[in-house]
Amino acid sequence: MTLTRETIADRLAEVGYIADRDLATALWLMDFLKRPLLLEGEAGVGKTEVAKALAALHGAELIRLQCYEGLDQNAALYEWNYQRQLLAIKAREGEDADLIEEHIFSEKFLLERPLLAAIRRPDPPVLLIDEVDRADEEFEAFLLELLSDFQVSIPELGTITATSIPRVVLTSNATRELSDALRRRCLYHYVDFPDVEREARIVLTRLPGINTALALQIANMVAAIRKEDLRKVPGVAETLDWAATLAGLAVQDLRQAPEAVHDTLICLLKTHEDRSRLTREVTDRLLGKVA
Amino acid sequence: MTAQPQDTSELGDAVGRALAGFARALRDNGFKVGLAETRDALRILGTAAARRSSSLKPALRCLFCATHSDWERFDAIFDAYWGGHGMRSMQTVSGTPTESRSSLRKLAEANARQQQAGSPDHVERRPEGDGEHPADRSGRREGASRAEALAQADMRHVVDPDDIAQAHALAARFARAMRARLMRRDRARRRGRRLDLRRTIHRSISHGGTPLELVWRKRKIKPLRLVMLLDASGSMSLYTAFFVRFLHGVVDAFREAEAFVFHTRLVHVSDSLRDRDVARAVDRLSLMAQGIGGGTRIGESLAVFNQWHAKRVINSRTAVMIVSDGYDTGAPERLGQEMRRLRQRCRRIIWLNPLIGWQGYAPQARGMQAALPYVDLFAPAHNIESLAALEPYLARIR
Repeated sequence: MTLTRETIADRLAEVGYIADRDLATALWLMDFLKRPLLLEGEAGVGKTEVAKALAALHGAELIRLQCYEGLDQNAALYEWNYQRQLLAIKAREGEDADLIEEHIFSEKFLLERPLLAAIRRPDPPVLLIDEVDRADEEFEAFLLELLSDFQVSIPELGTITATSIPRVVLTSNATRELSDALRRRCLYHYVDFPDVEREARIVLTRLPGINTALALQIANMVAAIRKEDLRKVPGVAETLDWAATLAGLAVQDLRQAPEAVHDTLICLLKTHEDRSRLTREVTDRLLGKVA
Repeated sequence: MTAQPQDTSELGDAVGRALAGFARALRDNGFKVGLAETRDALRILGTAAARRSSSLKPALRCLFCATHSDWERFDAIFDAYWGGHGMRSMQTVSGTPTESRSSLRKLAEANARQQQAGSPDHVERRPEGDGEHPADRSGRREGASRAEALAQADMRHVVDPDDIAQAHALAARFARAMRARLMRRDRARRRGRRLDLRRTIHRSISHGGTPLELVWRKRKIKPLRLVMLLDASGSMSLYTAFFVRFLHGVVDAFREAEAFVFHTRLVHVSDSLRDRDVARAVDRLSLMAQGIGGGTRIGESLAVFNQWHAKRVINSRTAVMIVSDGYDTGAPERLGQEMRRLRQRCRRIIWLNPLIGWQGYAPQARGMQAALPYVDLFAPAHNIESLAALEPYLARIR
């Protein structure tokens, strides 16, 4: 069952994710071509949120694998339950060694890790492989194999073939160049910071209590701040934090409360350098421009 | 409304041919488009999405792009190809310089043109009549092997083309030796830290579950990553060719090495250095390194490095090696600030300054003064021996 792009865009909005048309197309294409989707973009543009929204719109389970340097198959694919194995060996002491071996390396003692879990679900889940660039090349090669065959071999148990093909979303922050092979395997979508109108809609969706004019002002202000020469550009999550803070302070109009705006900028600026760069004068100038 | 794929053969040959042409146009623009992508594109053309360009474009973009720079260029190529102008306008698109194209590529193209005109000499200061040059070095060679003498000779004074070639070979060999030694050290130190439970349990079955034979996990020690930034300004020109050769040796030997050359701007040169043909790689680099005059902007080059490259090439096991004489035409404050940023990211900063080898040199240059507080090792690099002295230092970095 392949949903149309329009349905996907509508359902995304229903589950609280305001997507642009291109992303809806990408998600449709994922299902249509049965390929994984690679999302790239600055930190904080909501790459991980895409996977969550995708899971919600298909009513599927989200299985997440967070990558890190040194991630290996034990942590990503499967592990044996050693404590139970030791107990079982003790309990069957004296029996034939081959039999014990067969017993303790059976399904009962297998611990699923995200990748194995994702291919053994009865209904196709959404598999989010987060920050794949943090894992090393060896793991990437292994991942590539898994993504093309959807089967894994466990030496003690044999080959396990996927019962359902998961929808796979990979995200990357470009801390390391990904291999061409992995890129070619995937569909590609570059997630940019949302434009002002979309960001305002995101704020409105996530914080239903806020008034429309304020949401628009906030989106404009954040867009202006992103244009400044900053070390850490605030992401969508920061915008939401800031909006929630301003709403909490009962600010109705940014122009009326320049003091509060300046003081709450810590929600957006996360380094000392950026904080000292946006002085009161700069904030006021930006406010004057956007409000 | 459901987007069911039609039989692609119904689409007719015209569409297939047009698509093949589009795939070719993308390939000409550096996209990596294979048969699988073209096949999938045909399937997309068979759906409702293909009826409007507004929905077809994002679908094909999603399929054909693999990197951010592809993503940025796709629309222009798509519009030019399908936008009624047909094939003819393609030439303009593929030829148009786009921002996303790396400056390196332009340099490479410029280089290719240059090479047709006549291959540049890879040692720019190679003299015509080398026999007539000052004879003060010939005295040094007495009593020692030629290689030894070369190792000690200041690279400024090595003028004989044969000597230069030999010095370069030495530099490359040294770079390789440095790598080999670092690796051996790794292996000798490998001792298990963690228990490998999977294997231990396997072995304990025959002992009734008592883990008699412990299997240890060996931690894989990753080799040091080396990032080199070479100053190729006019004031360094006497040493540039030598260091380019050294750079090649390093990039060739270290799997994880990155090289950059800067004068008025920063150029990432690792890829051109990975050319197996040493002479060609060095030629190309020397050409890039010749620069365009106008003084060195070390601070600005470092800023570019910090902003665009550092995230990708630097991790916690990275040593950054800057080869420069510290003569910066930019503001020293800028240099100091960028050095501080760089210092926060990497393991060690090594600054090699050929001038240290000169008698009576003190780091007076203001740029050098600003940078020094953030430098872990400030060492001479005017001859091969001084480079060799670095190896024990690099080997100690963990």
